[in-house]
Amino acid sequence: MTELLIRNACVIDPINDICGEIMDIAVRDGKIVESVGSGAEVIDAGGSLTMPGGIDAHTHVCGTKVNFGRYMSPEDMRAGRTARRGHMHATSGYSVPTTYGTSYRYSAMGYTTALEGAMAPLEARHTHEEFAYTPLQDMMANTLFDGNWPVMQAIHDGDIKRVAAIVGWTLSAVKGFAIKLTNPGGTEAWGWGKDVSSIRDVVPHFEVTPAEIIRAMIEANEMLNLPHSVHLHCNCLGKPGNYETTLETFDLVPNTNDKRQSLYATHVQFHAYGGSSWRDICSRSEEICRAINQKPQIVMDMGQVMFGKTTTMTADGPMEFNLYRLYHNKWSNHDVELETGSGIIPVYYNRKNLVNSIMWAIGLELALLTDNPWQCILATDNPNGAPFVKYPEIIALLMSKRYRNGVFQTVHPDTEHNVPLAALDRELTWKEIAIMTRAAPAKALGIVDIGKGHLGEGADADIAIYPLNINEIDPAKAPEEVIRAFGQTDYTIKRGRVVCCRGTCMVDGENTTIWVNPRISENHSMDHDPEFARNFDKNYTIRMRNYPVQEEYLQRNLCIETEARL
Amino acid sequence: MKKCDVICPFCGCLCDDLEITVEDNRILGVDNGCTLANAKFMGKERLTSPIRRTDGGWEDINYDEAIRYTVDMLLDADRPLLYGWSGTHGEAQCIGVHMCELVGGIIDSTTSVCHGPSILAIQEVGHPGCTLGQVKNRADVVIYWGCNPLEAHPRHMSRYTTYADGYFLDNAFRDRTVVVVDVRETETARVADEFVRIKQGGDYAVLSALRAIVRGKGDMIPPSVAGVPRSQLERIVRMCKDAKFGAVFFGLGLTMTKGKYKNIRNAIELVDELSRHTKFTITPMRGHWNVYGSNEVFTWMTGYPYAIDFCRGIAFYNPGETSAIDILARKECDACMIIGSDPGAHFPRKCVEHLADIPTVVIDPVPTMTTAMANVQIPVAVSGIDAEGTAYRMDGVPFRVKKVIEPTLPSDTEVLGDMFARMKEAKGL
Repeated sequence: MTELLIRNACVIDPINDICGEIMDIAVRDGKIVESVGSGAEVIDAGGSLTMPGGIDAHTHVCGTKVNFGRYMSPEDMRAGRTARRGHMHATSGYSVPTTYGTSYRYSAMGYTTALEGAMAPLEARHTHEEFAYTPLQDMMANTLFDGNWPVMQAIHDGDIKRVAAIVGWTLSAVKGFAIKLTNPGGTEAWGWGKDVSSIRDVVPHFEVTPAEIIRAMIEANEMLNLPHSVHLHCNCLGKPGNYETTLETFDLVPNTNDKRQSLYATHVQFHAYGGSSWRDICSRSEEICRAINQKPQIVMDMGQVMFGKTTTMTADGPMEFNLYRLYHNKWSNHDVELETGSGIIPVYYNRKNLVNSIMWAIGLELALLTDNPWQCILATDNPNGAPFVKYPEIIALLMSKRYRNGVFQTVHPDTEHNVPLAALDRELTWKEIAIMTRAAPAKALGIVDIGKGHLGEGADADIAIYPLNINEIDPAKAPEEVIRAFGQTDYTIKRGRVVCCRGTCMVDGENTTIWVNPRISENHSMDHDPEFARNFDKNYTIRMRNYPVQEEYLQRNLCIETEARL
Repeated sequence: MKKCDVICPFCGCLCDDLEITVEDNRILGVDNGCTLANAKFMGKERLTSPIRRTDGGWEDINYDEAIRYTVDMLLDADRPLLYGWSGTHGEAQCIGVHMCELVGGIIDSTTSVCHGPSILAIQEVGHPGCTLGQVKNRADVVIYWGCNPLEAHPRHMSRYTTYADGYFLDNAFRDRTVVVVDVRETETARVADEFVRIKQGGDYAVLSALRAIVRGKGDMIPPSVAGVPRSQLERIVRMCKDAKFGAVFFGLGLTMTKGKYKNIRNAIELVDELSRHTKFTITPMRGHWNVYGSNEVFTWMTGYPYAIDFCRGIAFYNPGETSAIDILARKECDACMIIGSDPGAHFPRKCVEHLADIPTVVIDPVPTMTTAMANVQIPVAVSGIDAEGTAYRMDGVPFRVKKVIEPTLPSDTEVLGDMFARMKEAKGL
């Protein structure tokens, strides 16, 4: 039995409605408990801001595409390197750090859980291998279904139960966590060098539309009782005028689940553009947020862009090729048979460039115009909008109008004619930041019940103590203090152990992989479906028996079993 | 007893449909495999005990002595090299990286003598690729450049290209056009629809000419480029532009000939150019079954795919300086551990001579050319036959190679794990 007592913590824990109370937190064997004995190890927080460990609800950190981003970018690897020290292995990389680099840097910022945004099922083993070397965060994987052949065939046949059965089988086979759709239908079209340009376009050969895929998957998701909702990267990412596609997509979403949203729309900044070309692109954040404010069934994340160098990587292969034709630097693409695609290019977001400045403004506007912070999660689509190490600066931008104005002065002078940002006076509160970085991600991902995102009794003792006294610091006036504090915790505690102290990781660590296993009756299981097996072995270049991710790839893991209603 | 859907640990194809007949823990037969697979599964030349060189011969030693020798050698070295890795599974490669980091050594895989130039090109211009199933189901034009799959990757054409069924092709064999580009008429060239014979060293010029024609600048091309008539180049460009899905595969005939990484860069840029007209992809024909796995593992753990130097604590990468050949040729290396490859058969004489001069340990199930330079050899179970673990196919798809018989020797992971534990203990960690 190990016990820990954190004294004098200034706690913000939105799920339990605690906001700035000075209290003690007791921990036994990795869980929050009512009280501990006198022999417990004691940490005196001295009134510092204490919150549940941060949760990144959408980040690209592990797997085939991420590793290719490293592989093709020695210049990025050189841009961030540290030597082996104590429990810390050597690290490399700035925008796409090595797995240890990612893990240590997140941990220093108080993050203890992360969702990998896109895992191709065929390459799931790779993602799980990298999870094992990301030791200080619990990990889960969004599983890509945007161009899944058997799924599209079942949608075409109007057989939603079969859609659910295929999704359930696949999630369980690849130890995935949730359904991810990236440019649904577009990645299959990209197999022929084409794309879809609206949610009503027909996917070549499969004769289904993105709208049909999205609607069917939302329905299947609820049939499977999955903890998270469908996680959608909308069609037409990055195209001027795409906000209309985004709004049309939002209109497809029913309100079907009383515990959480029915759709998670990711990196919405990239989907909130007005105009018809790069010449007249403008912000449509107001229209997007009006829709979000009216639709509690949708939660989004910002997809904030920050100026500087980064690497873009997504399953959206055609989008990356379009981006490449703008940037002309280097381009990688990796289409995955029967499932999805992917592309990677390095980018530089330049504050002197009008389009980049507009992108920067839109992300902030989304957060400031969304009434309910539970509906707008703080994320950069790491590393697409910016590397996650920029989160503290984003927090400061959201909390300080003065700081925001200061940066606004430095961007392209025409930006103000194209975005409403300068007119927004809202400054987010400590509680709202806590919601956007831990409570809302936990609720949206459906992992509150397994003890994530809060500090109530029975919760996982994942805790971040920041060197900041919220009663003494006015974030509107001292943004630099906010940036400093959120950049490095005094203590990051994972499963009841101090894993990182003022930037130094103290343990080798051992994370938990969280995955789902929907229980599907035998007569619906793909394991007993001769047609599915026959087509699998005919069309894939891997045998169906060799496809599932073996138990060996899951060390410590938590399987969320659900009961499918088929 | 027949074991089905077994994965072959020989080449980068990782065929996963083999049937292996096993009786009394012995392999009696291999079905569906090529001759290379057959030879690997049926091979009988395995060492049964670690051996140490004596004056004029070899003596058997036990695993404890062999492992102790290796640990002492690595801890004592100033500039140790941990080389090979392409013939072992990912889990062992991971331990290798940790060992290397701990002793501040250099870790490199066979990549630096095969597709290293391809990676250098990718680091300059990227890589438009795909998994092999995309090619199988869609490709109507397939180009093999500087490679001879019928002999080096014998089932590549039947599983993934020419002879494979394709979902979008009615009669895949007839509907696919196969082009072979090479300096000699290989077995593969003989079964191609179009053979382009290039004069030795002319690849770069031919790729440039093709790019020019794709861009509509064909009139500047002379009547013949490196022995290839302009009319043939124009025909090939037409064929590529008319394709619904084109796939280029290339081998060491392109990476290791005159021009090296510049050739690959040019080939990638040709594919990039064609991608503006239709769908085109390019894939290196990786040789060892898990050489790509070594690149993947090294990359997520260190940031770089091969030739990584930890001598200053950080991971440092500069092929040409930090690659195995260079550190051996400069005689900097003062101890070498070799696993899952046979540099004795492939490295330049100067490097091999240096290997013979320094303490060298080989971890390999069978005696190889490198054994002749070794001080100690440690036999292990064969990954994919009596040991299991992760391997990455030439297109990046990960597989778990299986154990078809029970091992009588420890696996690479067990041997390296034991070494690493002792190294940490010696360092007080």
